[in-house]
Amino acid sequence: MHALVGENGAGKSTLMKILYGMQKPDEGTIAIDGEQVTFHHPGDAIARGVGMVHQHFMLADNLTVLENVVLGSEKLHGIGAKARTKILEISDSYGLGIRPDVLVENLGVADRQRVEILKVLYRGARTLILDEPTAVLVPQEVDALFDNLRGLKAEGLTVIFISHKLGEVLSVADEITVIRRGTTVGSADPKTTTTKQLAELMVGSELPSPETRESTVTDVPMLTVGGLRLTAPDADGVERMVLDDIAFTIHKGEVLGLAGVEGNGQAELVEAIMGMRDADAGIITLDGADISHAPTRKRRENGIGYVPEDRHRHGLLLEAPLWENRILGHVTEEPNSKGALLDNAAARRDTERIVAEYDVRTPGIDVTAASLSGGNQQKLIVGREMSHRPKLLIAAHPTRGVDVGAQAQIWDQIREARREGLAVLLISADLDELIGLSDTLRVMYRGRLVADADPATITPEELGSAMTGASSGRLEHVATDADAAPDADGGEER
Amino acid sequence: MKKIDKERLLLGIAAPVLALLAAFVVTSLVLLATGKQPFDAFQIMGSYGVKSDSQVYILNKATTYYLAGLAVAVGFRMNLFNIGVDGQYRLAAFAAAVVGGMVNLPGILELPLIIIVAMLVGAMWAGLAGLLKVGRGVSEVIATIMLNAIATAIISYLLQPGRLAHLDANTNSVHTTVLPKSGWFFTFTTNPAAGPIEGFIVVAALAGVAYWFVLSRTRFGFDLRTVGQSESAAQASGVNVKRMIVTSMLVSGACAGLVGMPTLLNESHQYATDFPAGIGFTGIAIALLGRNNPGGIAVGALLWAFLDRTSNWLEFNGYDKEIVGVMQGVIVLSVVVAYELVRRYGLGRQQRRVGEQLAAAARNTAKQEQEAAI
Amino acid sequence: MTAVRSTSVEGGGGRRAGMSATTTTAVPATAPKAPQAKRGRLSYPVLLLIFAGALLAVCAVRAITGAQDVTSSGQISGMLQMAVPIGLAGLAGLWSERAGVVNIGLEGMMILGTFFGAWAGWQTNPWIGLVAGILGGMLGGLLHAVATVTFGVDHIVSGVAITLLAQGTTQYLAKRWFNTGHAAALGGNPKQSPPIKSVPSITVPGLSDSLLTIEHHHWFLVSDLAGILGGLVTGLSYFTVLAALLFAATFFVLWRTAFGLRLRSCGEAPIAAESLGVNVYFYKYAAVVLSGGLAGFGGAFLAMVPSHIYNEGQTGGRGYIGLAAMIFGNWRPGGLAMGAGLFGYTDSLQLRSGGPAAHALLLLLVILLVLLAARKVYRKSYRQGVLSAAFAALLLVWFLMTDTIPNEFVSATPYVATLLVLALSAQRLRMPKADGKPYRKGQGK
Repeated sequence: MHALVGENGAGKSTLMKILYGMQKPDEGTIAIDGEQVTFHHPGDAIARGVGMVHQHFMLADNLTVLENVVLGSEKLHGIGAKARTKILEISDSYGLGIRPDVLVENLGVADRQRVEILKVLYRGARTLILDEPTAVLVPQEVDALFDNLRGLKAEGLTVIFISHKLGEVLSVADEITVIRRGTTVGSADPKTTTTKQLAELMVGSELPSPETRESTVTDVPMLTVGGLRLTAPDADGVERMVLDDIAFTIHKGEVLGLAGVEGNGQAELVEAIMGMRDADAGIITLDGADISHAPTRKRRENGIGYVPEDRHRHGLLLEAPLWENRILGHVTEEPNSKGALLDNAAARRDTERIVAEYDVRTPGIDVTAASLSGGNQQKLIVGREMSHRPKLLIAAHPTRGVDVGAQAQIWDQIREARREGLAVLLISADLDELIGLSDTLRVMYRGRLVADADPATITPEELGSAMTGASSGRLEHVATDADAAPDADGGEER
Repeated sequence: MKKIDKERLLLGIAAPVLALLAAFVVTSLVLLATGKQPFDAFQIMGSYGVKSDSQVYILNKATTYYLAGLAVAVGFRMNLFNIGVDGQYRLAAFAAAVVGGMVNLPGILELPLIIIVAMLVGAMWAGLAGLLKVGRGVSEVIATIMLNAIATAIISYLLQPGRLAHLDANTNSVHTTVLPKSGWFFTFTTNPAAGPIEGFIVVAALAGVAYWFVLSRTRFGFDLRTVGQSESAAQASGVNVKRMIVTSMLVSGACAGLVGMPTLLNESHQYATDFPAGIGFTGIAIALLGRNNPGGIAVGALLWAFLDRTSNWLEFNGYDKEIVGVMQGVIVLSVVVAYELVRRYGLGRQQRRVGEQLAAAARNTAKQEQEAAI
Repeated sequence: MTAVRSTSVEGGGGRRAGMSATTTTAVPATAPKAPQAKRGRLSYPVLLLIFAGALLAVCAVRAITGAQDVTSSGQISGMLQMAVPIGLAGLAGLWSERAGVVNIGLEGMMILGTFFGAWAGWQTNPWIGLVAGILGGMLGGLLHAVATVTFGVDHIVSGVAITLLAQGTTQYLAKRWFNTGHAAALGGNPKQSPPIKSVPSITVPGLSDSLLTIEHHHWFLVSDLAGILGGLVTGLSYFTVLAALLFAATFFVLWRTAFGLRLRSCGEAPIAAESLGVNVYFYKYAAVVLSGGLAGFGGAFLAMVPSHIYNEGQTGGRGYIGLAAMIFGNWRPGGLAMGAGLFGYTDSLQLRSGGPAAHALLLLLVILLVLLAARKVYRKSYRQGVLSAAFAALLLVWFLMTDTIPNEFVSATPYVATLLVLALSAQRLRMPKADGKPYRKGQGK
């Protein structure tokens, strides 16, 4: 089992895509079993026994598991009963627990990943490439995945494992290659290397950390949510509860971190607070004003800043120039408009300011948002939201898909804002980020806030167990010596 | 930045020019294949098109086309396909003709009344599609196509002697009551041979200016464009997307209501069975050609009117005037392909350039750091 | 503590927010799902029961109102004739959209089918005409594929452009080819082709006559069945049989073969398909060109079966209606066939000036609405129940106050029906997930 590590944008995924024939290399060779090969498209790679489990699953929701598995390799066992038998056979021998006739859209994340692995095995792959397989899993699911992978290794398969989570890499890999800015910078033996050494190799210098130093929490409530309920129809038209009796308060200067496996209602909660969905019951109060049923625009004007989870869908107009993106979401506010009319000149001037202050790397404000890198896009969004002096900042996965440099800047800005008395609702799948930045932690599971924890003492594993519903209530860390010195005191919620 | 702007302009012009060239080539090939001289035909068109009576005809025709183009473009800017402009303007013109024929007020009231009725009816018919979209999730494309056909049925039911129309004994045509003189729009007289320029061109020009101003200078316009570019981002930014869809369909429909007005108020003064149909689809072609830009739509409308006008003269010269239909079809198809190619080229080039500039900047800083370290 | 802090370098989330086919949060409204694989599809016994019920209701309506044309063999065979082109257009749309390309250019491709079908048909025989019509449609499909797949033009824009182009071209060529020489001598003019020989048809000897006799007795149910059956077996054109076979073949190819699976995967998740070595462009091209061919068949059918000439504007928007029938059928051949039958029925009513029959069917609509209202009330959605009941009452009043429906309204029926069906069920329909979305090779990188 070979691990490939490197920070975001180091070229890991590109390398894997070349190995899998999805991209063509300019130069260089690939050898499998000592034999030199060239792949023109994924079909070639598959024929040579190379299979890939993509970071974003490559599954068609509206097809069954069986159909997804046999697609592209129909010649092997047809698309009918023989294929079904074969799938069950593979599934049983590796303990994957696959049901072939279920529609993929009805599967959870971990199940989908197992379908992806089965797809690869079905094609007789001897070399498996897994691109960031643990990014979407909670720690318990990660363990199950690693068990599966060890099973494969025992059968004599080669596994290439891409990750930037060093702890995992050290625990599971037999060999590690580190790449940075598109070149191999070294290799390491997991038995003798520490995460710190590996990390420095990866970034080439000391790493930033999301740690928050001093507490700035006040006792002035900024956002109060009480008894929030939301139902939404699912695909069958049946109304289901997606938010159930949500209640919390964020004070001025407090960062409330919300942990949870994706799809447990965090996105809906954000949309309810933003007014993109109208809650069925409950009261939302911002700085003493009831905004439970105010439209989104009103809420933004009243001081909610929003760094959305999916910036391409919710935060930017990709084909519009930067200065128009600066107006987006704040069209009714200074300096973007006067009365009903736009003030393009002022908006452009202010965009120049944001670009300079927030270090957005761009040749100018007339280029489209799409031409910026993810990190610079995110800096623009953060800059835009902070420019309107929000009272509450909703930051959903603020550093997702952002390079290390921009990540540190965004963390700094959140800390800075917090010092100035901002309330922050932070949602992240990155548990270290959550624990490092938050003053208070809450865990969301199936639309309910099931647990809360003190970020000063909790570990990602303990948080993870609450995220799967295994534990609830006040999470108390079982103290060990290593945790003796808490250096950040969390805001007291209860 | 100035340099980029110039290039952008160049890229913007490149697409329609490419499309026109393609149209010329294809049309020539078709003419040659059917045993006709292409260049002679183009020359005939060119020389006939610039005659003064042709110019007046083209301006008058372009007025109608321009309004149709605007109506479609309002939807396009929202990423809505109002294919129903056709039904909207016919129903609107019919209703306006009926109402105008029933009352006889002074011109200052009669004209606004007719125009407002037309806009309201057009807006209502388009608004139905908007409501179906936001309320029931029905694609506006299918809904407006169906509404076109339903409008046809309604008109053919009502446009019958004894219902809302009369039979003209002389021409054997069925039409609504002729509008009173107060409901006739003014005209500009030119030289007598060329005939008058219809006054409604003023309204069309005003509509174009309003379109430009609202879309690019107002908050409402920004919201509308936002929805067109990304519905999800618009919603997150605080635009009420559903309301915006209905509103823009209403605006598009109201604009469509104006499409029949030049014909009704300046030419026919009644709605008869021969009232021009199919202009809604011409509007789609023109909006595509003009890229939803008010100036571009004007050029497209003039071009279409020019082609229409000169097609008749071709017939006199031994060509088939239907060749213009081929030409128009080729122009539309190649212009959409050309725009897409140019757009993709422009985006790719910009991304490359941004990458290069940033890389150069990074090299510079790296060099400075090295120098500083030394 | 230190352990936690040192691993914090992993922060930053490795996921790129861009093109994510599987970001689960993108569709929050549908997050939790019931594990029913066969949602929205009825089992065969239930389907048969519904059919039987509908048949009984129709019989009852005929018997009560005495509008014999409701189930007459003439009406039914007319329905079949009108349903085939609509069904073929729908089938064309089905192929294209299952591969992820919206084909609103069907109308244009049908026009090409009518024109080229008639052009080759009058000079030779209907079979060669059919081939020419299909080829003409395929040409349109090829253009659409080039524009949408290769050049990435918006599918609807391209479709509209192709329809305009097809109109312009056929008008020009009709004038050149039908208005000159031999063709003109045989009755061709710029808007019409010379007549085409009849398409051979099947009439089962003896059976048709005896069915007709039974039908004329107007016995409850028996005569109705005889009328329907008679309509289906009398003067059945070979083209109709071929079209029916194409429906079965479509189902088989799309759902039972590897080719079909690949094609459908291109409409559901092209990036996933590409990652498995499927040549997405190839399948999209194949689907759209085949789609054009089917639409061309529909056009050729129109020119040769219900009439024997090409007529300008003959398609009369049937391409769009076909698309509506496809949506009505939830992107499946069976449902599409039912939709096409429904639209064909109203089309046929209008052609036969079936005001009284349409009027009788108002009663049927009343019955259906009452049933719907009862169901809604049973399901406790009172508002919709009351609304349905109110509609039923209004229709009943209309039914009782009049004794015919103006022909114009009959002609609008398919359109109104489409709107109503879509309005009532649009949220339950499931279109292919990547339908109408632009796809570029390698965009998943």
